[in-house]
Amino acid sequence: MKYQTVIGLEVHLQLNTKTKAFCGCSTDFGKAPNSNVCPVCLGLPGSLPVYNREALNSAIKLALAFDCQIQEHTKFDRKNYFYPDLPKNYQISQFDLPLSKNGYLDLYSQDGIKRIGITRIHLEEDAGKLIHEPGASLVDFNRTGIPLLEIVSEPDLNSPQEAFDYLTSLKNIIEYLDVSDCDMEKGSLRCDANISLRLAGAKELGVKTELKNMNSFKGVKDALTFEVARQTQLLETDEKMIQETRLWDAENGQTVSMRTKEGAKDYRYFPDPDLTVFVIDPATVAEIKARLPELPQEKMDRLIKEYGLTEYDAKILVSSKKDAKFAEDCIRDYPGKDKKEIVNWLIGPLLSEANMRNMQLHELKLERKELINLVGFVQKQEISHLSAKNVLNQLIGSSRSAGDLIREGNFAQISDTQALNGIIETVIQENEKSVNDFKSGKTNALMYLVGQVMKKSSGKANPKVVGQLISRRLTDV
Amino acid sequence: MSIDQETIKQVAHLARIELQPKELEKLSAELYAILGFIDKLSVLNVEQVKPASHILPISNVLREDELQPSLTPDKALENAPSKKGNFFSVPKIIE
Amino acid sequence: MELNQFTAQELLEKLKARQISSGEILESLYARIKETDSQVKAYVRKRPENKDIPISLNEEKGMLNGFPITVKDNICTEGLATECCSKILQGFLPPYDATVIRKIKQNGGTIFPLKANMDEFAFGSSTENSFFGPTHNPWGLDYVPGGSSGGSAAAVAASSAIWALGSDTGGSIRQPASFCGVVGLKPTYGRVSRYGLIAFASSLDQIGPITKNVRDAAILTGIISGYDPKDSTSVNLPVPDYTQSLTGEIKGLKIGIPKEYFVEGMDPEVKEIIEEAINKLKNLGGFTSQVSLPHTEYAVPVYYIIATAEASSNLARFDGVQYGYRAPSNNLIEMYKLTRAEGFGQEAKRRIILGTFALSHGYYDAYYLRALKVRTLIKQDFDRVFNDFDCIVTPTSPTSAFKIGERSQDPLKMYLSDIYTISVNLAGIPAISIPCGFTKKGLPVGLQIMAKPFNEEMLFRVAHTFEQNTEWHKLKAKL
Repeated sequence: MKYQTVIGLEVHLQLNTKTKAFCGCSTDFGKAPNSNVCPVCLGLPGSLPVYNREALNSAIKLALAFDCQIQEHTKFDRKNYFYPDLPKNYQISQFDLPLSKNGYLDLYSQDGIKRIGITRIHLEEDAGKLIHEPGASLVDFNRTGIPLLEIVSEPDLNSPQEAFDYLTSLKNIIEYLDVSDCDMEKGSLRCDANISLRLAGAKELGVKTELKNMNSFKGVKDALTFEVARQTQLLETDEKMIQETRLWDAENGQTVSMRTKEGAKDYRYFPDPDLTVFVIDPATVAEIKARLPELPQEKMDRLIKEYGLTEYDAKILVSSKKDAKFAEDCIRDYPGKDKKEIVNWLIGPLLSEANMRNMQLHELKLERKELINLVGFVQKQEISHLSAKNVLNQLIGSSRSAGDLIREGNFAQISDTQALNGIIETVIQENEKSVNDFKSGKTNALMYLVGQVMKKSSGKANPKVVGQLISRRLTDV
Repeated sequence: MSIDQETIKQVAHLARIELQPKELEKLSAELYAILGFIDKLSVLNVEQVKPASHILPISNVLREDELQPSLTPDKALENAPSKKGNFFSVPKIIE
Repeated sequence: MELNQFTAQELLEKLKARQISSGEILESLYARIKETDSQVKAYVRKRPENKDIPISLNEEKGMLNGFPITVKDNICTEGLATECCSKILQGFLPPYDATVIRKIKQNGGTIFPLKANMDEFAFGSSTENSFFGPTHNPWGLDYVPGGSSGGSAAAVAASSAIWALGSDTGGSIRQPASFCGVVGLKPTYGRVSRYGLIAFASSLDQIGPITKNVRDAAILTGIISGYDPKDSTSVNLPVPDYTQSLTGEIKGLKIGIPKEYFVEGMDPEVKEIIEEAINKLKNLGGFTSQVSLPHTEYAVPVYYIIATAEASSNLARFDGVQYGYRAPSNNLIEMYKLTRAEGFGQEAKRRIILGTFALSHGYYDAYYLRALKVRTLIKQDFDRVFNDFDCIVTPTSPTSAFKIGERSQDPLKMYLSDIYTISVNLAGIPAISIPCGFTKKGLPVGLQIMAKPFNEEMLFRVAHTFEQNTEWHKLKAKL
């Protein structure tokens, strides 16, 4: 590759506290305009902010989950600029003493582990919503003051795919902490990207482009992909690149330049005199750290250790917190010592069923008990694996038990020699060539013959028993 | 130190205040005098001194995550110079 | 004697004894306003020609029994226009009460329906910067009443208010109190909630009482003080009964007289009056001694950086979007620029520009950061003195009231008139101004007493003792 892509991501995350950052208004989404407001979040003259304890705790939890250093002394600063969705015409944010910095997120891929640095995670408040109409704009302040965390990554991502993976991993971890809904559609997770290209091996960074207006993880990936192509072309034709902000136009699949504003922005940051400093002593941090829920990586490691799962299997299971809980409950309740069987069912047939229904594992209407019973029936060879998959399909959403369904559907595996011999005879009759192949030593022919018996028995024959019977039958003669 | 009219214009833009040429001239002279007076601070050696961004020795003032009554949209919009339904209305934004 | 001539404490006793009603007090105030306010102009927005002003008297309950209080126009009163005497806030009806207002109402107090005049957004030392025009000093109608709480002080001096609330960022309660011959207290920063006070400089502002005598100030301070969970900068300390500190004696108290406040070129009349007052304190048993507050000369520049920087940010919200004046315009940025150009007065614009400059890129370290550091040095000066002294005594102002128009063209000269009051706000300590004499022209001179944080009791004790052993508080302006 002639050029190296360098990407940094800025994620804004809405915390799922009940109330706003600096006042007791509700953070509920989708309410009537200007109904979740008060003098404080409206920035009315004379109003004053008081920070939400729960927001601070959530922020510390998140920072710890990414191994950030928590600043012992942190404070709020005012970021001054004028915009109608900002009632005070300044945002309460953090500048030089952010809550936390120097963390990381590890990306796992076939090529190994790549560590993406997290520069800082800091506290701020959200702005309101603007609706543009011809000739005017309408302002709704419901969203103003919702507590936000800004998560800034180092420019360690080197491809749009990595950026996508970073976002999915980030979301995964945040879900485990339960500090945010992380829903890009509802706006509780927003992402801006910074991208530049440089000659492979070059030390200096290229000209940076800021990308905004991506509304999904895929949108981020697509926008970055477009940018890589666009910037590559510019570099190849030696065109001068300017530092600018571009908006992603999802409809037309391209980025568009925002008209460049005169001069760099001067936010005139200064410490907010209406808020005190916050001293976060190491003892408090240790306490919060001790109470952190198990994070995806930890859970994965534990599943491997406790249940002997492969890394591959474990990774699939932890990718969603609720799915992981469902899976773990199943694994725990499964009476067999070797958990491989139940795990295979979870990541195999069960995951297929979920994908087919466009649902997550834990959303399937399936009783853990019945799944385990079903797997038990297969273990006891009362039903073939193939039939069991059928039963599973019916079991989901049904109030019937696995046993009932097997009986009613007549799925019971036929292991009885007498019952099977009849079919076996017919198959031997009909497949002379395969019989001869087997007799002359081609073991594949046996599998073929077994397959024919399965077919004739609508999958109910016990394939193992069939194989033994055919084998004996043909070698005896 | 002096403060030229160009700087004042930029600062006025940051502060979103439209200044008339006469105002600009007058302000320039006034601020020049005031800044000259303020410059006496530059003689002090403050390297080892901590800035007093907060004069009170209090910290960690927080509130519980509990709902408090909000204003009704009517009350919130009572003083609005222009509104449409339950929205505040502002003139079009030209980027 | 007219009811408006009494002190708050006297009237509260009469109310309690059911000798009078709060309605009668209000009528007496209206009568006085009719007599005096067309000349004094202490009040804004309505000059009552008749009594038909809608008033909602509070029930005669609590310690105040409906007793009225005059409020400065920058303190939010629900349903009563609060405009900071600025065009840009015209018509603003707060949908909520400031905490101090809530406390007064809870104690049975009535908020007087006319607000007191002030310098626009509290930017000023003369009340000449009001959108409604200046207030005139009752002791000399050609003279300023001081500022920015000039309306509150003049009303109390004219007896068109029994007592009033003002706000003090750099001397805005104490200096007008001194110019108008009344009592004015700036409490310790954090003693009184700022919730509902339309902010000028968040790290300096405090609401405080302006009264006819020290006892009234002690009563009112007790009512408005206290921890407020809505104000992150309010301090959780119990509020004592300040009337208990009115012991009437100061034997053995150590009083510091800072040499930097008595410099060459001081107004000779003021110097003489203050020296006499200090002697009086000595005669009453106090030990006076010279002290040094070496960074005094830097207080005014430090103040004008910090206060204007904070103000430039606090006033950014006045933009025509949600309330107040909005200029006709074609697009948003025009709306911002014209609204603020037309809505703010000259002094407001000057301070906003100066403050924005001090915070702007490239200047922050040299101005704002440096000012914050010197502020620490100023505070340390006071900490050192209060280790050995119970209080500090100084003049409140270098001069008595000046004439209307005399300094309004010279902003720097105007700023320098705050020289004795400003350090107090920077250090966050409490201070009181009490009348201590008159110039030959018959204009009042004020004595300032400072104490260490949360020691308002010391102020009341010293001030009350001085007051009760002199006659200054008994003299009334002839209107």
